Amino acid sequence: MTKNGPLEYDYSVSKLFIMNALFVGTIGMLVGVILAWEMAYPEFNTFLGEDLAEYTNFSRLRPLHTDSVIYGFTLSAVWASWYYLGQRVLKVSMAESKILMFIGKLHFWLYFSASAVIVLSLLMGITTSKEYAEFEWPLDLSITVVWTLWGASIAGLVGFRREKALYISIWYFIATFLAVAMLHLFNNMEIPTMFVTSPAGETMIGAWWHSVSMYAGTNDALVQWWFGHNAVAFVLTTPIIAMVYYFLPKESGQAIYSYKLSLLSFWGLMFVYIWAGGHHMLYSTVPDWMQTMGSVFSVILILPSWGSAINMLLTMKGEWQQVASSPLIKFMVLGSTFYMFSTLEGPIQAIKSVNAIAHFTDWIIGHVHDGALGWVGFMVIAAIYHMAPRIFRREIYSRSLMNMQFWIQTLGVVLYFTSMWIAGITQGMMWRAHDEFGNLAYSFIDTVTVLHPYYTIRAVGGTLYLIGFLMFVYNIYKTTSAREVEEHELQNASPMGA
Amino acid sequence: MFHWLERNPFFFALSVFITISFAGLIEIVPSFAQASRPLVGTTPYSTLELAGRHVYIKNSCNACHSQLIRPFKSETDRYGHYSMSGEYAYDRPFLWGSKRTGPDLMRVGNYRTTDWHETHMKDPAAVVPGSIMPKYTWLYENETDVETAYAEQLTIAQFFSTPYNKAIPMKDGTNKIIKMGDSIAEANALALEEAKVIVADMKDQNIKDAVESGKIPEIVAIIAYMNSLK
Repeated sequence: MTKNGPLEYDYSVSKLFIMNALFVGTIGMLVGVILAWEMAYPEFNTFLGEDLAEYTNFSRLRPLHTDSVIYGFTLSAVWASWYYLGQRVLKVSMAESKILMFIGKLHFWLYFSASAVIVLSLLMGITTSKEYAEFEWPLDLSITVVWTLWGASIAGLVGFRREKALYISIWYFIATFLAVAMLHLFNNMEIPTMFVTSPAGETMIGAWWHSVSMYAGTNDALVQWWFGHNAVAFVLTTPIIAMVYYFLPKESGQAIYSYKLSLLSFWGLMFVYIWAGGHHMLYSTVPDWMQTMGSVFSVILILPSWGSAINMLLTMKGEWQQVASSPLIKFMVLGSTFYMFSTLEGPIQAIKSVNAIAHFTDWIIGHVHDGALGWVGFMVIAAIYHMAPRIFRREIYSRSLMNMQFWIQTLGVVLYFTSMWIAGITQGMMWRAHDEFGNLAYSFIDTVTVLHPYYTIRAVGGTLYLIGFLMFVYNIYKTTSAREVEEHELQNASPMGA
Repeated sequence: MFHWLERNPFFFALSVFITISFAGLIEIVPSFAQASRPLVGTTPYSTLELAGRHVYIKNSCNACHSQLIRPFKSETDRYGHYSMSGEYAYDRPFLWGSKRTGPDLMRVGNYRTTDWHETHMKDPAAVVPGSIMPKYTWLYENETDVETAYAEQLTIAQFFSTPYNKAIPMKDGTNKIIKMGDSIAEANALALEEAKVIVADMKDQNIKDAVESGKIPEIVAIIAYMNSLK
């Protein structure tokens, strides 16, 4: 860097994470689509033949889908954004410090290697059974190291910063780091079984990677859903808000609508979010007051969630023609809308009497996916479309492909959540139906076979979304190779080809 | 105050951390003060049952089956008495699940038999027409990992005082002892003893032969676990 010249940002770590997001995103969504077809047509469970059935059946693949889209696809995109916008809003370049660059690269490669081991271990059925925390203790330790490296990168960039005030995106990144660290450590308290000695004096008995949870039964459930609700929230919500607070103003050329609204939403979200974990255990053996707290705080959660979403949408005030003209703005505006939508749907499902019908059904799966596909997926896609022309210094290969992708994926999401709503409510109502003599009206299998058409529609919706994602990967690939290198970086709207 | 925090990252991070810790401190910590106590009649898992529980977890059965009966008439009609906290005292991890693609299994041992499971896991749709459950054919070939189950028993007995080899009071006033081996060989022998009881009710000759020769296929272990769920 020359003394008085502009800063030259170094995107090499960001680039690695973008590539990984595209790669793992494709795998994770492909596995999701396979699972969807397996539920519609069970013969599909042996699609690689009877010999490999153990590794292709629904139950073995399911954790692979959830973990690869959450921790593979989303986290990669979050970190790509961190290594891109962290430098820019703190006004410090990764190229200025060899240590920061080393930490960034180590962060990526350790994360990449741990992910590879995780994929293999899940396929082998090595799991603790806890949702989104399936990893056994050796992997938990490596996750802790990867997370600490990210923390070191945050501390480093923030420490060297030239811009003294932290921008909103940085608030959310710091919160993400702290919350996930806390949740990960406490939820994965487990004792490796390899250290015991039998009365006969034998040691190293059984599988060395096996461990047993420190908590039992109801307590275990309590900690797991305190984690499950919030780890996912702090991976699928807060860092995505960090991204949109940067990329939307940058892309649209508009300033954030309200600083006060961002303050209210941030601190509100921090305080309220963690309480809501209890709504995963309504009518369970968890103490009643905790269930009620879970319900009540879930409803309060609408305020900070809508605060962020409204702040994003009002940022576009007076500039709505951009929604029509730019597919990138379309992704972000619809993403924010899906965020409003799923943060209203969630609290509705957390109301006890609604939850009595919704819990254990596909309606919950529908809710997860209108958030994951509509909000997280669209925001990640928009962020990468915004970063790519700046990182690779080329205009995006094709605008029309982008537009087509947008509509195909939107149709996919709509088919997904509408079919799952109908499936969930149908099944929930059938489970509780009694005939005029007070006997159960339906046997369990009746409530499964009735879902076949909805499972098929969902699988079609998921397939459409995957097709859109492949178009995205192709578009980015062509962007990196087919276009001329630009001399100057544009200020806001991303340059796009025809 | 907020402007000041935004210029002082350390205090900013500290404030965030205090704000997010609140809920956990108030909601979770008190419930640990009253540690989960077993209901009278609840016993720890035997060696083979625990090995079967590992097979259940290995195949993520909990992805589609819950083990939590909610206190509604429709649920108690279908699955039996609603779940009580003390029944889970020895469940590490808990296996409540979050989705019922298939029915709840909390008390499946009350109404399904060894024979039913044996036929069902081989080809679920043959037993329940229209079932979308995959065939679990590999359970009939893979061998059960008894040693890891034994290591877990030793661990929980040591760290959580799980009452193995101790008299546990039952509902009818009698006592029951759940045995745990003193060595790997003894643990294997105990598991094999349990397996012999299970295969007596099974039809598959290959499975019977395997157990006769001292091997325990995974299907036997998982049935032992299913039968223990009451």
